Amino acid sequence: MSVSLYIEVLIQGVLSGLVYGLMALGLSVIFGVVRVVNFAHGEFAVLAMYCAFVLFGLAGVDPIIASLPLAVAFFILGYAMQRGMVQPFVTRPQHEQFILLVGVALVITNGLLLAFGPESKHVDLPYSFDSYTVGGALIDKVRVYGAAAALAVTAALFAFFRFTSTGTAIRASADNLTGAAVVGLDVKRLYAISFGLGLACVGAAGSIMMALTDMTPMLAPSLTLLAFTIVIVGGLGSMTGALAGGLLIGVAEAVASLVVSPAIKSMVSFGLLVLVLALRPQGLFGKAES
Amino acid sequence: MSGALSFLTPRSTIVLIVCGVALLVAPFVVDRYTLSIILLSLLGAYLGQAWNILMGYCGLLSLGHALYLGLGAYASAVLFVNFGVGPWLSVFIAMALAIGAAAILGWLGFRFRIEGVYFSLLTIAFAEIVRIGFDNWSFVGGAAGFFLPVNASLSDQWWNLRGGPFFFYYLALAMAVASLVIAAMLRSSKLGYAFLAIREDPQAARALGVNLNRTRFLALFISAAMTAVGGVYLAFWTNNLFPAQILETSKSIEIILAPIIGGLGTLMGPFVGAFLLVPLGSALTDGLRAIGLSAPGVKALVYGLILMAIIASTPNGLWPWIARKLGLGAREQ
Repeated sequence: MSVSLYIEVLIQGVLSGLVYGLMALGLSVIFGVVRVVNFAHGEFAVLAMYCAFVLFGLAGVDPIIASLPLAVAFFILGYAMQRGMVQPFVTRPQHEQFILLVGVALVITNGLLLAFGPESKHVDLPYSFDSYTVGGALIDKVRVYGAAAALAVTAALFAFFRFTSTGTAIRASADNLTGAAVVGLDVKRLYAISFGLGLACVGAAGSIMMALTDMTPMLAPSLTLLAFTIVIVGGLGSMTGALAGGLLIGVAEAVASLVVSPAIKSMVSFGLLVLVLALRPQGLFGKAES
Repeated sequence: MSGALSFLTPRSTIVLIVCGVALLVAPFVVDRYTLSIILLSLLGAYLGQAWNILMGYCGLLSLGHALYLGLGAYASAVLFVNFGVGPWLSVFIAMALAIGAAAILGWLGFRFRIEGVYFSLLTIAFAEIVRIGFDNWSFVGGAAGFFLPVNASLSDQWWNLRGGPFFFYYLALAMAVASLVIAAMLRSSKLGYAFLAIREDPQAARALGVNLNRTRFLALFISAAMTAVGGVYLAFWTNNLFPAQILETSKSIEIILAPIIGGLGTLMGPFVGAFLLVPLGSALTDGLRAIGLSAPGVKALVYGLILMAIIASTPNGLWPWIARKLGLGAREQ
């Protein structure tokens, strides 16, 4: 195996990692603020993939461009879901929240299965097979575009949390819920916005992924696990951690499928998960809880 | 035993006896198809009971019980086909394997204080690692599956778990009853009270002298070993094993549905849940087939909706409510 092959795989890993990172970022934002673990995260990603697929089929919209309207649509969906369904569960035991979202996951996966069938779907973009040549390494054009879009959405989210008053208020209520309520922040609204933002991330990421891979409803649980693995490796609730975790897992999977075998790649990320849980349960970027 | 049954009121004793007799005579009354639905309900109740010991009693949410089911099934099937070891012996090996896997999981989880959601995720990750391993392990057939021989010369060898529908029905009934007895005995034992104490408040339990890790390990071992026995049954009943079915996360979810819907931490919950869900699922499939639709996702979709509705409205499940309405099971809350 030549060096350029390794460079190629490494770059592909980073590019996929950015999209993974965006998806995981959504999970991390929801957990960091609302303290609810979205067990249906991968299912929402697959829902977004199907939306992108339908948009492409009906109007020929490039899934990477569709990521923007889908982010908005998923924000609304998340906002409504938090308001209408998840909010009463915020103060209930963790396993009840988990079970609620397991139910949501079952409904989404099987709803999609009913509507679209189990066959795998993909979109053919005019530039699907184009690539850039960087020092002997071939880099897929579509992956570059996808990663750029993911990076843009991620940057927008970071800017929102950093520079807007709503973003600051959300960070405040994540840090100190009682304090936030005392100074008069509408915590329920902030929670709904956070859940919306979390789903916006997964909506955009799912849409981008539609341009990169084939998809079936059965993909959903493994995407949920992928998102969990990333945020736990990076640190549940940490935004930088989710991104770093995404890159790490993206590269680790790409390298593993080259060195060992493609089938074994998700084993590598689970191995990493177990290792991190054992050695540093709060994740690479997480803060240790008391 | 008498201590374990002390929760029974006269009224619930009568109901229990009536249900027991109904289940005993069922094979002579109902047709084959209905019998298979009752069998699946019993199996669901059995597996639910095993899972309930861990979650309902000890408060540890496992979302990876397919691991123990799959290990038990594969161990007994491979030992039978490749080494000629019969199921009555290999069931112990299956249990030992499941306990071994549970020991590694528990060591990681308890030793490093991985709790709550993290523990649940660890259970999923563990089950997934093993599933992917089996998917790629050619010795056990990989993703293409592993098959037990089905031929006439082996039929009615009950000592090799070979028999007709009646045989498997009564075996499932015996397992379900045994799981109920085990759970009931646990509930009234010192160990069972230690489980409940840990579920309610681990720190307080420790202050009272409960050894947290040892107790959690025991709950995990009992649950894993019982689930592995269910796996042995499944292997010999269905005669085919696929990692994508028996080791899949969706299998783990299927296991937990009955006890959650029936009532977490209750003795009858897994029975109520299983006897509600399994017939409902097949009625749905049949109903759709009758109007000419074959929709594989409908069953799980409806399960998902029921799960959401139950957890939103009565998080303690249906059994406590039924018991109250009928004036049964005074000591079960």
